[in-house]
Amino acid sequence: MTADTATGPSGSGFGAFVAEASAAGRLVVQPRMGFGDPGHMRTGLARTRAATAHTVGTLTVDSYTRVGALAAARAAVADGARLNGYPIAAHSPDTTRAVLSGLRGPDFPVQVRHGSARPEAIVRALTAAGLDATEGGPVSYCLPYGRTPLRESVSAWVRACELLAERSAATPHLESFGGCLLGQLCPPGLLVAMSVLECLFFVQHGLRSVSLSYAQQTDAAQDEEALRALHRLAAEFLPAGVEHHVVLYTYMGVYPRTESGALRLLEASARLAVRSGAGRLIVKTAAEAHRIPTVDENVRALETAAAAAALAGAPAPDTAPEDGEIYQEARTLVETVLGLHADLARALPAAFARGLLDVPFCLHPDNAGHSLGFIDPAGRLRWARTGAMPLRPDTGADADPYTSAGLLTALRHVADRYDRDSGDGPDGPDGYDRDSADHPDGSGRPAATPLSV
Amino acid sequence: MKILLSGTASDSHTWNLVYLRLFLEEHGHEVVGLGPCVDAELLAAACLRHTPDAVVLSSVNGHGYRDGLDAVRVLRTRPALAALPVVLGGKLGVVGRRQDEEVRRLLDAGCDAVLGDDLDALRAFLAAGARREVPA
Ligand code: B12
Repeated sequence: MTADTATGPSGSGFGAFVAEASAAGRLVVQPRMGFGDPGHMRTGLARTRAATAHTVGTLTVDSYTRVGALAAARAAVADGARLNGYPIAAHSPDTTRAVLSGLRGPDFPVQVRHGSARPEAIVRALTAAGLDATEGGPVSYCLPYGRTPLRESVSAWVRACELLAERSAATPHLESFGGCLLGQLCPPGLLVAMSVLECLFFVQHGLRSVSLSYAQQTDAAQDEEALRALHRLAAEFLPAGVEHHVVLYTYMGVYPRTESGALRLLEASARLAVRSGAGRLIVKTAAEAHRIPTVDENVRALETAAAAAALAGAPAPDTAPEDGEIYQEARTLVETVLGLHADLARALPAAFARGLLDVPFCLHPDNAGHSLGFIDPAGRLRWARTGAMPLRPDTGADADPYTSAGLLTALRHVADRYDRDSGDGPDGPDGYDRDSADHPDGSGRPAATPLSV
Repeated sequence: MKILLSGTASDSHTWNLVYLRLFLEEHGHEVVGLGPCVDAELLAAACLRHTPDAVVLSSVNGHGYRDGLDAVRVLRTRPALAALPVVLGGKLGVVGRRQDEEVRRLLDAGCDAVLGDDLDALRAFLAAGARREVPA
């Protein structure tokens, strides 16, 4: 396939860093790391930078700041309470500059990851500290992240894009979280479409360097097809001159509970990233199913992923169709939305209001809630119901509502596969042969033991 | 029983809520779901409006002890809600194990049970609550 990872203007900044790595055949790996304490956060960044891997750094923001409860974030800092992320708007810009000082630079860009439907305060805080790379989107940081009405999120994201473009010294970078949404049980066509639509939204509001995300799902071959569709649609829909790359997220749903299962799922995602030409991978740690990971656990995840990627060799020749079912579904959704209105700030809420976009299992009041995803007997994600979306549901699907036990089985499908003892034979749970070069430790792993927490 | 099921103020996770609704309904309860990111004031208003028999609070984002404490304190300031059974569970802190001091603070503030992720304990708690409803 063509490497579209390096298209667009060359320059400095987050996007250019990934483009250069791709050109050199190196996968960039990145943690999801955030701690409330600035000293701890700095240690985490320093260890990320020093890891045996081609890394970029992350400041993952805490939940109080995400929902705009800045007083609660400040109170937690004052109490010395442990937070689930770095409260970037509660700490002063000087504090954040000190966290980054001597670490962040052209050879180590840092991105802020937040999950906020009203991100203006976060964008102000990050640009005040000299940062210029962040993540999100008007839909993907709204529907999965609380109860902010979609129209308010869209307006807030228009302002956030403009703020980011205005206040950044270098080329600002914005990544869409559209390829994740609720993390699980959403068939790939909608994930791919959301990533493309949100990146188009960013471009409409002044961004010139973007990344399109996709989260690993239940089946490696299906994921590869989705990633190829994403590359192709990005090339078709993003205007020339917009720098872009594809970023893969290691599995975002219920994670394996055992250490060996967790690390093997991570390795499978690293191989998937390489096979399908992603420029960057955001990892998960062995603590994922249990609690916020430590710095050590993050470093181990980065190094494990980098090693698996290095052993995976060069991108595979096209084994998955570029214009198969996923491409067709995603393209139909993108064109349907663009057909409502050329301005995505109007088209996106209109599409949700009519159910033309409909995220399965999403409780948000602005989501129609008539679609349903399921895992077919072969392990692929499919549509049981598509509601009013211009897509056809799977004919063999059981469209009955889930029971609690059925839902839990579906949610744990991937985790169970990787937690199961290694009776996988020559194929790993990701369905790919593990010859000795690809997976040196494939046969000799210890039996899965629960991680102590 | 009529159960009010809710996420906590800073927590946007919803798979826990989707799952718990099914679980509670299958056990014969009527469920009013408030969704994620419900702050203490919104929770109190919903309790006054729906008059549930019990409140099930679920939090998994690691801020559950703090968010839960705020919620319980506000509920207990309303005379009409002073005796409403409230149970909190999920992944409450960020360290992956029960934090006894935080649990104590919640119980002192008037939370009836702090359960972690133990669904059998939730079933038992609701069964006991249902029995209390029956006049002796
Ligand atoms: C999917 C997911 C997401 C999706 C959620 C989409 C959505 N709208 O729901 C996305 C990607 C958006 C997301 C975002 C975040 N997430 Co998240 N997420 C997960 C993940 C991978 C799976 C959760 C899931 O689907 N569970 C399935 C349901 C059915 O299970 P459950 O939630 O565990 O609930 C069970 C029990 O806990 C119990 N239970 C739950 N509530 C109650 C209540 C009572 C009374 C009882 C008795 C039992 C009970 O019953 C359920 C069935 O067994 C978990 C890790 C994992 N488990 O693998 C992390 C995890 C929950 N997330 C976490 C965090 C921190 C976040 C973020 C804050 C980002 C961050 N800083 O990393 C944001 C949330 C922002 C916010 N405002 O809160 C942490 C929480 C850490 C902690 N508690 O120590 C986890 C554990 C990951 C980690 N190790 O860091 N997340």
